[in-house]
Amino acid sequence: MGMTITEKILAKSAGKSSVAPGESIWLNVDTLMTHDVCGPPTIAIWKKEFGTKAEIWDKNKLVIFPDHYIFTENEHANRNVQVLREFAGEQQLPNYYDVGTERYKGVCHVALAEEGYNLPGTVLIGTDSHSCTSGAFGLFSTGVGNTDAAFILGTGKIWEKVPESMKFIFEGELPEYLTAKDLILQILGDITTDGATYRAMEFDGEAVYSLNMDERMTLTNMAIEAGGMNGIIAADEKTETYVKARTNREYEIFNSDGDARYHSSYHYDCRELEPVVAKPHSPDNRGTVREVQGTELTKCYIGSCTGGKLSDFTASAKILINQKVRVPTFVVPATTEVAAQLEQETLKGISIKEILEKAGCIIAQSSCAACLGGPMDTTGRAVDKDVVISTTNRNFPGRMGSKQSEVYLASPLTVAASAVRGVITDPREFLI
Amino acid sequence: MEKIIKGIAYVLGDKIDTDQIIPAEHLVYSMSDESEARKYGQFALSGVPAEEAGLPAGNQPFIDGDEFESRYGIIIGGGNFGCGSSREHAPYALNKAGVKAIIAESYARIFYRNSVDGGFLVPYESMEKLNDSIRTGDELEIDMQKNELRNLSRNTMHRLRPLGDVLPIIEAGGLFEYARKSGMI
Repeated sequence: MGMTITEKILAKSAGKSSVAPGESIWLNVDTLMTHDVCGPPTIAIWKKEFGTKAEIWDKNKLVIFPDHYIFTENEHANRNVQVLREFAGEQQLPNYYDVGTERYKGVCHVALAEEGYNLPGTVLIGTDSHSCTSGAFGLFSTGVGNTDAAFILGTGKIWEKVPESMKFIFEGELPEYLTAKDLILQILGDITTDGATYRAMEFDGEAVYSLNMDERMTLTNMAIEAGGMNGIIAADEKTETYVKARTNREYEIFNSDGDARYHSSYHYDCRELEPVVAKPHSPDNRGTVREVQGTELTKCYIGSCTGGKLSDFTASAKILINQKVRVPTFVVPATTEVAAQLEQETLKGISIKEILEKAGCIIAQSSCAACLGGPMDTTGRAVDKDVVISTTNRNFPGRMGSKQSEVYLASPLTVAASAVRGVITDPREFLI
Repeated sequence: MEKIIKGIAYVLGDKIDTDQIIPAEHLVYSMSDESEARKYGQFALSGVPAEEAGLPAGNQPFIDGDEFESRYGIIIGGGNFGCGSSREHAPYALNKAGVKAIIAESYARIFYRNSVDGGFLVPYESMEKLNDSIRTGDELEIDMQKNELRNLSRNTMHRLRPLGDVLPIIEAGGLFEYARKSGMI
């Protein structure tokens, strides 16, 4: 019987010719990623278990991006970055991207792509639930906690149960008023926040392959919002072009077999979909933008691993060009590379950055920022009874900083349109 | 390990995500320095909206005032307990607050793994919905040999799903202890 792409990658990593869902296996990890929130406790566990003089299993396979709490006066947060810095020094780590240096990147999941760590066919484990993002490059990637990560630091191994796969096929051309965020919010509304628990979410279909890598990452990023173990899109020419431009590391392309077995399949015709939001307080609380149109807002937010990539800002700029925002609108480029691209990329001869600035957006430095609330002095943090529309990925109670706030998740087009009107607005008003 | 876990019930709703278990602003304390580590207990479940804290009545704080530990030792949850981020600080915070076990209808994968691999608490799955019949404050007893939950306050018994594959890791006290016992490291 055939295997899915996820099963093939796991089999290779476990050194087996085949694996089947439900089987518990030990994987050899190709890349371990951590950051300033989960790195320090991971390092502490590793030192306790393996000794302070030990060396980690493979210095080239550990990648550390401080990104969560960076631009803050919070002394505990700053101490955590110092812990990473000292560890990188002790272990002579080549892949540490320190704050305050030219190497500083920002949001880890986007930085992994930019720095060429997302290698098709490999296994990437991260101490962050959105590590599933990397699956957009046809690799197996998932999030774990500190203990599992510390175990990998010492052994290079992790146990996993092979997941069943679910397939999500998007047919038809993606209309101008939809983005990948609309597609994944559509799925979440259909299968709910535990609809893919312990399963692989495989994305396929002509609309998926028409997306650039930024947009593909938006799909796989939110696999975890359905409880998914990993999200995955098989590599194609676009993937290879992106990867080859950034690294000469080796990779291998896998595809699902025609007779691979799936837990379930979902088919969507893009022409039948419309802009959607996730209403408070859950990413699966889907509604159409039309349904919540007119909801008064106090803040708009465009940023994060899922909503702060170049494509998210070029989409926003299409609407914000020659407009003014009516409510405070925060723009947080995921990484320093995205921030630089905002100055280079243009629309109608004007840089994206200038368009956003002229519209009145507040542009912050690259980091996770208010997506997860963060320390009290975090830019864009929700306060009191804020009503926010955001391109981020979670709107559980208090996620952006205030338990009394209400957060709507939406595409960058919908957020931009809403910023201009000050109330939730359908982007088709601006695009059609 | 203990085969009988006794504790007072703290009842919660569905989809208790990790931001409700330990809000992100608190993820900065050291876990090695006890004077800081106990803050994880202090702020455990502080992200749960007041009206949903301690069902069915609500408005029952998990932690009293500035305490670092809770009087509640067993959490009764609904579906998808621990969804959201991968922060191991979540089961760790519950452990610091004194929680020994959770009984929920289902769990998010990473939270479940972290609970087991870190040796923080026992994540049992219930066979039926329990957060509408058990009340915050009920006195509970989990029998790990029989996979049974006994509600001593109401004199009821509920069967629990056997822990299966992860039982040896739970019995060992966590992933590292298990790996040492089995000669892996």
